[in-house]
Amino acid sequence: MTALGAVRSRASGPSLIGQSRRRAELGLIVLAVAITAGAYTLASLGQTASVPVNIGPFLGVLFALFLGAHLAVRRLAPEADGILLPMCFMLNGIGYVFIARLAPAQAGLQAVWTAVGIAAFVGTLLFVPRARDLERYRYTFLLVGLSLLMLPLVPGVGRVIGGARIWVAIGPIRFQPGEFAKIAFALFFASYLVEKRELLSMATWPRFRPVLPDLKHLGPVMIAWGMAIVVMTAQKDLGSSLLFFALFLSMLWVATGRVAYPAGGAVLFGVGAYGAWTQFTHVQTRVSAWLNPWGHQATGGYQVIQAWYAFAWGGVAGTGIGLGRPDRIPVVESDFIFAAIGEELGLLGATAILLAFLLIIGSGLRVAVQADHPFDKLLAAGLTSLVGIQSFVIIAGVTRLLPLTGVVLPFVSYGGSALVANYVLLALLIRVSDGNSRQRRAKQAAKSAAAVA
Amino acid sequence: MDRSIRRLGVFLMMLFGALFAQLNYIQAWRAPELNTKPGNTRPVDQSFSRPRGTVSTADGVVISRSVKSNDRYEYQRDFPEGELYASMTGYFNYSFGATGLERAYNEELSGRTTSQQVKSVGDLFVKKDRTGNLKLTVRSDVQAAAKAALGDQKGTVVALNPQTGGLLALWSWPSYDPNKLSVHNLDAAAGAKALYTAAPGNPLLAKSYREIYPPGSTFKVVTGSTGVETGAVTPTSPVYPTLTSLDVPQTTRNLPNFGGNACGGTLFVILAKSCNTSFAQMGLDLGGPILLAGAQSFGFNQVPPFDLPAVKSNFPTQDFKDRQPALAQSAIGQNDVAATPLQMALVAAGIANGGVIMEPHVVDEIRDGEGDLVRRLDPTPWKRAVSAQTSDIIRQGMREVVANGSATRLQIDGLDVGAKTGTAQFGPSAPLTSHAWVIAWAGPAGQAPTVVVAVLVEGQGGASEQTGGRVAAPIAKQVIEAAMKPMPVPAGGN
Repeated sequence: MTALGAVRSRASGPSLIGQSRRRAELGLIVLAVAITAGAYTLASLGQTASVPVNIGPFLGVLFALFLGAHLAVRRLAPEADGILLPMCFMLNGIGYVFIARLAPAQAGLQAVWTAVGIAAFVGTLLFVPRARDLERYRYTFLLVGLSLLMLPLVPGVGRVIGGARIWVAIGPIRFQPGEFAKIAFALFFASYLVEKRELLSMATWPRFRPVLPDLKHLGPVMIAWGMAIVVMTAQKDLGSSLLFFALFLSMLWVATGRVAYPAGGAVLFGVGAYGAWTQFTHVQTRVSAWLNPWGHQATGGYQVIQAWYAFAWGGVAGTGIGLGRPDRIPVVESDFIFAAIGEELGLLGATAILLAFLLIIGSGLRVAVQADHPFDKLLAAGLTSLVGIQSFVIIAGVTRLLPLTGVVLPFVSYGGSALVANYVLLALLIRVSDGNSRQRRAKQAAKSAAAVA
Repeated sequence: MDRSIRRLGVFLMMLFGALFAQLNYIQAWRAPELNTKPGNTRPVDQSFSRPRGTVSTADGVVISRSVKSNDRYEYQRDFPEGELYASMTGYFNYSFGATGLERAYNEELSGRTTSQQVKSVGDLFVKKDRTGNLKLTVRSDVQAAAKAALGDQKGTVVALNPQTGGLLALWSWPSYDPNKLSVHNLDAAAGAKALYTAAPGNPLLAKSYREIYPPGSTFKVVTGSTGVETGAVTPTSPVYPTLTSLDVPQTTRNLPNFGGNACGGTLFVILAKSCNTSFAQMGLDLGGPILLAGAQSFGFNQVPPFDLPAVKSNFPTQDFKDRQPALAQSAIGQNDVAATPLQMALVAAGIANGGVIMEPHVVDEIRDGEGDLVRRLDPTPWKRAVSAQTSDIIRQGMREVVANGSATRLQIDGLDVGAKTGTAQFGPSAPLTSHAWVIAWAGPAGQAPTVVVAVLVEGQGGASEQTGGRVAAPIAKQVIEAAMKPMPVPAGGN
């Protein structure tokens, strides 16, 4: 139940699968370090035509951080999936290189946040020895999630930055509590849906079986979701609103397997989006800037146009790191970092980032499929959806596939809260994955014991 | 649940597939268009923060170069010769872009052509200068002579080598100082541009290849060539009647000779005297379609393959059947006929070069900073205007113009010179104003011509056939004399 419990269960030693997973993980981490250090050197060569003076310490710190996380996994979750961690490290590393190249003043802070994030990752593994232990705190998570969401609305603490009231400032520390609220909600949805999924899959009125589940069972979820949406609208944060809704729908779909939920949800979303479009000017400006950015340069179109110019200028092979002009895009280091990557690494580099996210999604969903317990399944699927949908929403916004909604690109963008929250999310996924393998091994051991007996 | 999770995976994969498609759409499909979109400052930014090659004349005078600047851009484009080469170099400005060679050869100057790029990839670990340096065919001595000869008269001088198509001089007055438009202080540059735009004579316009004027009697070379080429006209026949004015069908207004002179005879006589009545009759006899075809074989109605952005010269393409007076006017280079000075130089070049017009160009070759050849503009035939026999006959006719016609001021000892003058009326009839023209070729006696000159002096008072010979011919003579001297030795080399 505690950290000691996790250590004690290691006494039997990691399995062969666990060992090979850890070896693969270490190899991939070395590769991620190499990619990051190479990109860092290239960025410096591109900008000042010299090898960075601090390349030695940079490599050392980077390797120490990543290796620390790897050793923690070896000790605390030795059987976990070996791909997730290096993929996130590579994204984090490339993101850091671009932040250092675009906004050197913020690079130091981002490095600190990376260290804090990795510490949070290790801490989560340490304090959550078994994911299923979290199931019983469901209403605590609901409460925590809602409080975190509302925190920016509290006078004196909340701050409006970039038009959205999603920041909290306590003393010198500023953060976006919404990033952590997402995880709390994923935990709440998972535990709640585990209990209710049987009921939600069935309808009380047989005649409408495929359409309507009993509203009674859906009620609490609807309330949670409705409150989240209201808070989001009050905070003018479209991206998080969309993200929440998608998280909610995908978890409902996984829990029930009924098409009616995503289909009905899409209709609900359409109505809600239309309503928001008619009611809120900030939604209207976003939509106009999306449909015709050239006609709305003063109200958001400029950013999207500059992002397109950046992508086009990069072409297939990119300009090379440090050789493009992504500094022409406003707030390029956070929301628009993907455009900078597209310009300087080209279509090839941008595709590599997409593939990295796809690998994370694939690994995360595999963890969900391999899980035995429904809570583990739901949690893993929900957390994976969060990463996948969030990266899709922001990349789609930057490439003008969808209207721009301000969310950060997980692990890549500048922003401490998001980075720390995503490392916590990653730790939970790794925890579930580790639990799966142990359980399977325990089962096999029981089976062979039975066979021997 | 597993089935749902897998489907969720497929759904997310589809979303990422859409992202991948969108990236391809922007970065591969739309990229060429986006990269050249007005308002996209990336190409300009790049040009401004990178070194650029130099532009120098055939004899090594640097007319455009980049010097280090200590402001937000790294380099300042500098034009050491100022206004003298402005119609070629153009300017290079951050907010209103580039013109002239700075624009036409932007890729080469900044080292961005494929061949230069491939070389720079090879040089990855050695620092080499792959920006392109342009060497022109233009000679500084001929250019200076053109400027001096035209003086403060509004007009244009074009000189070229008819055998290669390489230009020797390209000068228009009024001109402008490209330095004033290329300064990094954008307000100062905008102010200078506003001043030049408001100035009389449109100094910013490269009139030699971007403005069209009625060619007047110089067009008779085209009409005469067409007559000879079709066989309708020979040196001995027809003998055009001596008239003071021609009775043109479909109108009561007769077409007169300049000054009411009586004029007529065989081809060489009417060319030397520049008889309006005879050439108008020749045009009427040939008919609209044939005259149009003749003009087009000299390059009218087409954009010349010049390495600067030249405009089309015009010969009307309408049906002349019910517009006989217009046809008669067109045959003597009036009505809607209009040509750039470059085009009229190409007419003379075709006659001088045995009937073949070479592609005109100002750039001779491009070498990168390491001296490696990037590109050379080899002499390339553009059009066969007329047969060699026809060109021989017209050359003889143009000699007569110099020997005892309207261009006697072009006689130069020891040189074989042929010319045709022109006086093109334009604007209202009172006060009467006209453009004075001359087109000429010259070469050592007994050899093929090596120089062609077209001179246009704008807005002369009155309209006499003598105007072209009196005003324009002496200018052409000075330019020809300068071009016939050996080229000065490049100072110090590059």
